[in-house]
Amino acid sequence: MNDTVVPKVEMRNISKSFPGVVANDCVDLKLRKGEVLALLGENGAGKSTLMNVLCGLYRPDRGEIYIDGKYAEIHSPRDAQKYGIGMVHQNFKLVDSMNVLENTILGLRDEPFVPDLKRVRSRLVDLASQYHLDVDPSASIWQLSVGEQQRVEILKLLYRNAEILILDEPTAVLTPQESHELNRVVHVMKQEGKSAIFITHKMEEVMEFSDHVMVLRKGRVVDETSTAETTPKELARMMVGREVLFQIEKKPMAPGKVALELSHIEALGDRGLPALKDISFRLHAGEILGIAGVAGNGQRELAEVVTGLRRSSKGKLQIDGKDMTNKSPLEIIRRGVAHIPQDRVSVGAAGDLSVASNLAMKQYRSRPLAAGIFLLQNKILDFARTLIEKFRISTPSPKTQVKFLSGGNIQKTILAREIGAARTLMIAVYPSRGLDVGATETVRRQLVSQRDAGLGVLFFSEDLDELLQISDRVAVLFEGKMMGVFDTNTVNIDHIGMLMAGMDREAGA
Amino acid sequence: MKLLFEKRKASSVPALILVPFVSFLVSLVLTALLLEIFGANPFKTFAAMAVGAFGSSHGFAETLVKAIPLMMTGLGVAIAFRLRFWNIGAEGQLTMGGVAAAGVALFMERFLPGRSLLVGALLGGLLAGALWAGVPALLKTSLKVDETLVTLMMNYIAILYSEFLYYGPWRDPKGYGFPGSRMFSADAWLPRIMGRAHIGIWIAVALAIILWIVLKRTRWGFELQVIGASQRAARYQGIAVERNIVLAVMLSGALCGLAGAFEVTGISHRLQQGLSIGYGYTAIIVAWMSQLNPLAVPFVAIALAALAVGGDQVQMVMGLPAAMGVVMQGLILFPMLAGSLFTEYRLSVVRPESKASCPDPVEE
Repeated sequence: MNDTVVPKVEMRNISKSFPGVVANDCVDLKLRKGEVLALLGENGAGKSTLMNVLCGLYRPDRGEIYIDGKYAEIHSPRDAQKYGIGMVHQNFKLVDSMNVLENTILGLRDEPFVPDLKRVRSRLVDLASQYHLDVDPSASIWQLSVGEQQRVEILKLLYRNAEILILDEPTAVLTPQESHELNRVVHVMKQEGKSAIFITHKMEEVMEFSDHVMVLRKGRVVDETSTAETTPKELARMMVGREVLFQIEKKPMAPGKVALELSHIEALGDRGLPALKDISFRLHAGEILGIAGVAGNGQRELAEVVTGLRRSSKGKLQIDGKDMTNKSPLEIIRRGVAHIPQDRVSVGAAGDLSVASNLAMKQYRSRPLAAGIFLLQNKILDFARTLIEKFRISTPSPKTQVKFLSGGNIQKTILAREIGAARTLMIAVYPSRGLDVGATETVRRQLVSQRDAGLGVLFFSEDLDELLQISDRVAVLFEGKMMGVFDTNTVNIDHIGMLMAGMDREAGA
Repeated sequence: MKLLFEKRKASSVPALILVPFVSFLVSLVLTALLLEIFGANPFKTFAAMAVGAFGSSHGFAETLVKAIPLMMTGLGVAIAFRLRFWNIGAEGQLTMGGVAAAGVALFMERFLPGRSLLVGALLGGLLAGALWAGVPALLKTSLKVDETLVTLMMNYIAILYSEFLYYGPWRDPKGYGFPGSRMFSADAWLPRIMGRAHIGIWIAVALAIILWIVLKRTRWGFELQVIGASQRAARYQGIAVERNIVLAVMLSGALCGLAGAFEVTGISHRLQQGLSIGYGYTAIIVAWMSQLNPLAVPFVAIALAALAVGGDQVQMVMGLPAAMGVVMQGLILFPMLAGSLFTEYRLSVVRPESKASCPDPVEE
């Protein structure tokens, strides 16, 4: 490339360590004007740390930042803003009860005490049309979809004249169509001479969005290359440090009797509004039924109804041929139903308890872990050691508190425990969300082997590629309604995307 | 070089032993400074305190007398706190336990011959404490009513009710107008072992050990542990969260109620003023200083009791103002509580690595 041009951003020798971890070790980064750089790496590779340094949230232990070739002192997000740096975080930083306009000027110092909302609105409308960021400026944030909220975040940065936009896993919450739209927005920004860095661990996104890609592993730069000159396979190898098998071997399905049957199930959500509307389907033993849909469309509630954690207000639930409608979680566990919940840290695991306790949580009630009313601590430790080895859970000791493990290892702990208790059904809600390539592979492999062992698997995921790869059939959930069930071999991915966005079958076709 | 305050990943045994020791030294230095200001010789004062609390069989017995209710209520509070149920109603549960024990001892003589009167009184106290704690537990689990307020306010109800009884219907007609019930028959007296100290001490120590076994080694204890760590995780594992909270809090109240029963059957032998003198509140300190570990409760309870008895002694021997004893107790408690932070956290020194560790940038 053209190395004589001064880069827009240059980070030199950035090092940052946290107690016990070197998050960034002598990292160099160059971003040219009008370029999109993908920052690729597994969880814990140091991507977010590096970007938090750039946007002023962290001070590096060492290293310098240059903007347009000039040394930049960035001690706070406000400093970063001065240099035109802005970040869209994974969890949006918007005030739900305020509207788009108010959120845009929130925290701006140069707005007058009584802001001139008319001027703000006209500038926002201009920006929105310039960048194809379509939002209603007077809508309150809570009324907006996740995709629209992301647009507001980007608009906010553009309003602040950001020249360098950092996007942290921007597509994780989007439907495929919304991702394409985001790609278009990024394209316009490039033409306007703005630069962007986006954090990801998905290969497809790197190929689709970026001009350059930088791969981080264990806090160091593994390689930096032009996107056109690399392949997803090569990137994955650099990211993980070994060959990765994208394809999971799957035997043909051998469906048995009906393991789970829902007939006209309805249930209310946490706020008392209908969350599930007339849901009916059958899941056979030896089958994986994938549930597609953008998060928040009833997935959690569906999993909770099946596992007895939420009451259904109508309808019938049968597990293994027995009526289990509104039975207690314990009765359902005793029928051999395992559950990998959406919320790992406070539902799936008890962070303050040890790995051993967490592993024993489902089987402490009977032999060999208990004798009468007493728990056999030695047996529990042996049991834990076996599972730690079998599932390659990386922990200093079985007595370490779970909260000190990485996300992937917490998930492996939950997986190990639930698989041990699963006899008829496995309910897995976003089991690979946020996991790195290695841990994702483990999770997917285990789900397939549960199916091959004759369990019914209900598999929720936001990643359509993953869903279609693992599942035998796919159903789409939108606003609590089942939008249809499809055979994975014949379904069209665009059609699923349409249904996820609530577009009707006829209208979308 | 900079200092970093970080959470310990595993509890360190040297820290568990060293921290209280160093904290205690800090306490002594602070107290010594205060005593100097008041013109009292710190060494003589400390000696007087130690002698007061442990130096004579009378002093030691008095230390035990105060330690027994602190142990029982401390154990009770610790169980509830492990579930994050903030039971600050130990005082009321103790009072109701005392009232019920007195009721049995005074009016059930006909039905409970001989020593069974004592057993009945103790069981009555235990039951009353359990029920008194059961009310806020049920309100919390069924209606989500905040337990701190309910337990606290129920203390006043219990205390005023006991006053009503010994000023009113239960007042001893031959008591020359003093507020208090008549004395129980000797069948309802708890056997004493030394001075006023009674066999409650053995029961309290035994209960501490049993509770430790229950909490650490049984399935029920494990369920309570999971509930304490995360109620949502517990529910997801099929544990009956609400029922277990009610049961555990009733157990907490039962221990406090038994403490009250010990007070009336072991010390005063009647229901009278002075039953509730704050043991139930000090119990909160006992529980926290023990880090909610039942095995630590007896030691902490004895230490706090010794401070109180020794502090009284200082007033008499050294002629210091009466408030001095209480001030000294506070001065000793603060460093201990502050120090307990270091058993969970540690200070570590971070040295920045040398600048030379990055390779020289390659000029292109």
